Amino acid sequence: MAFARSRGARIRSNAFAYANLAPYVFFVLFPFYFMAVTSFKSNAELYNLKSIPFWIQTGVITEHYTFLFAKTEFVTWMKNSLLVAVVATTVSVVISILAGYSLARLRFRGAASFGTAIFISYLVPPTLLFLPLSQVVVWLGLADSVYALMVTYPTFLVPFCTWLLMGYFRTIPREVEECALVDGATRMQTLSKIVLPMALPGIICAVLFSFTLCWNEFIYALTFISQSGNKTAVVGVTSDLIRGDIYFWGSLMAGALLASIPIVIIYVLFLDYYVSGLTAGAVKG
Amino acid sequence: MAVGPRVLEAAGFPRPGRLSRLREWWEQEHVFGYGLIVPAIVLLVTLIAFPFGMAIWFSLSDYWVGSPGGFVGLTNYREILGNETFRQTVQNSFVFTSIAVSLKVVLGVWLAMLLARNLRFKRVIRGIVLLPFVIPTALSTLAWLWMFDSLYSVVNWTAIRLHLINAPGPNWLGQSTYAMAAVITVNVWRGLPFFAITVLAGLMAVPREYLEAAEVDGATSWGRFWHVTLPLIKPVLAVVILFSTIFTFGDFNIVQVLTRGGPVNTTHLFATLAYQVGLNGGNLGQGAAISLFIFPLLALVVFFQLQYVRKE
Repeated sequence: MAFARSRGARIRSNAFAYANLAPYVFFVLFPFYFMAVTSFKSNAELYNLKSIPFWIQTGVITEHYTFLFAKTEFVTWMKNSLLVAVVATTVSVVISILAGYSLARLRFRGAASFGTAIFISYLVPPTLLFLPLSQVVVWLGLADSVYALMVTYPTFLVPFCTWLLMGYFRTIPREVEECALVDGATRMQTLSKIVLPMALPGIICAVLFSFTLCWNEFIYALTFISQSGNKTAVVGVTSDLIRGDIYFWGSLMAGALLASIPIVIIYVLFLDYYVSGLTAGAVKG
Repeated sequence: MAVGPRVLEAAGFPRPGRLSRLREWWEQEHVFGYGLIVPAIVLLVTLIAFPFGMAIWFSLSDYWVGSPGGFVGLTNYREILGNETFRQTVQNSFVFTSIAVSLKVVLGVWLAMLLARNLRFKRVIRGIVLLPFVIPTALSTLAWLWMFDSLYSVVNWTAIRLHLINAPGPNWLGQSTYAMAAVITVNVWRGLPFFAITVLAGLMAVPREYLEAAEVDGATSWGRFWHVTLPLIKPVLAVVILFSTIFTFGDFNIVQVLTRGGPVNTTHLFATLAYQVGLNGGNLGQGAAISLFIFPLLALVVFFQLQYVRKE
């Protein structure tokens, strides 16, 4: 048979694939590796042009990390990030479940146009709205506080989650719901007791993506907040460890690494959900 | 004797009170449908549609931080269009977007083809590939900032040791062409996973029989890719390209962290210029006008996207 290839050919072809993937894997991982190496290297070695940048020759040090905890508000930033991400994610996912179910399942006039509106707002990049939103936040009396972020993050989370969840709700067979309604369940009970458990993978996906998007958000957090104690981890690390032209490279890399770790942990635990969420064709690139 | 409400209730009839009428009303499909969507609509109107309207108003007025100004018509737009920095930004945006998206398409399809094979460490490799997409972009860009440092660049260090370039090597973020190359590199690094993983999903849906039939007919591997695989993944590819175009065009994080638009504005994109003018400079009117230039492209993409969604 033509395509029952020999073992040798298959091994050759796989070796070819590995050989091509290797440089890419290196390209992907090197910045993270370099971050880690830099964060444990003494300043004397870091700023010595004769030293080899790829590894540590004069001993591993942890001063850059202690600096982060003792001299900056790093712990506060992490707490702020966590708080904002949890609140914004919860609010957004609840709103999105309701809207997504309604648009995917219920028949009423205008449902299609609402669906289109959600889709369009999903495509609006945050970079288009940060200036007017910075004024809205002032009018709401939330300027320079973490509440400003809790209020504004749902603007990009809700369209995204609604769109994602609509896809999941559509896969649930209608008959299941109809049975529940015939048996006397109210519509709300049908949604909470029958539909939600069946859409659980979709909801987990929405929660994971929302949390990640909140944690990683940059432009709103940079624009709306100026006090160091109210910053999120991403903004705190990128702005407070650079003084004018002076970059605290060791601590910068230590902070970048530590602030990424919560996301890495979640990512490793739920890798398959991230992949399926992406391939649901609904993620901003 | 009239039948009392208790009897009716015992016989399974609900008490005809106000509450039950309300419940009946709420149980109607369209009422329930509207009810569930209200919170989302309120949010969209107050925090997306309204600010969007505000952006338009800002752009037509003389609005500075702390001092709401009056209507000035198209003055802001006229000033912007006559501004050298803005014209440079338009050019940057198109160069940046076209090169970055093209690279992501070609490399992304290539990567997806490799990942589609039945390799041993498939799951681990996929996990690694997706990593740049998941890690906060502003933070991973800091690592690139350090790698492109003017004095301690590890890229230059390696290239010099390998005798690829002469010391001291390019000042990556200080020379315009190199700075653009650096910004594009980081954008590709961060955006490639999205292409690769989505195209991979498209590849998985290509029926094996088609490829086998083509092979029986003597098609080369390139021929199989060009005439069988590519036409079948075209729909997925089209969606990914449209998405990526919008978000590459509207990018902020990478440029803001890496170059802040410099050197001499040669890497500014609409978003970073709007940030500089509107927030650092306090000129909200002009800032809003600049960021609104993202909108025509957005509208175009949405139009094609909707056209496409309808066709499906």
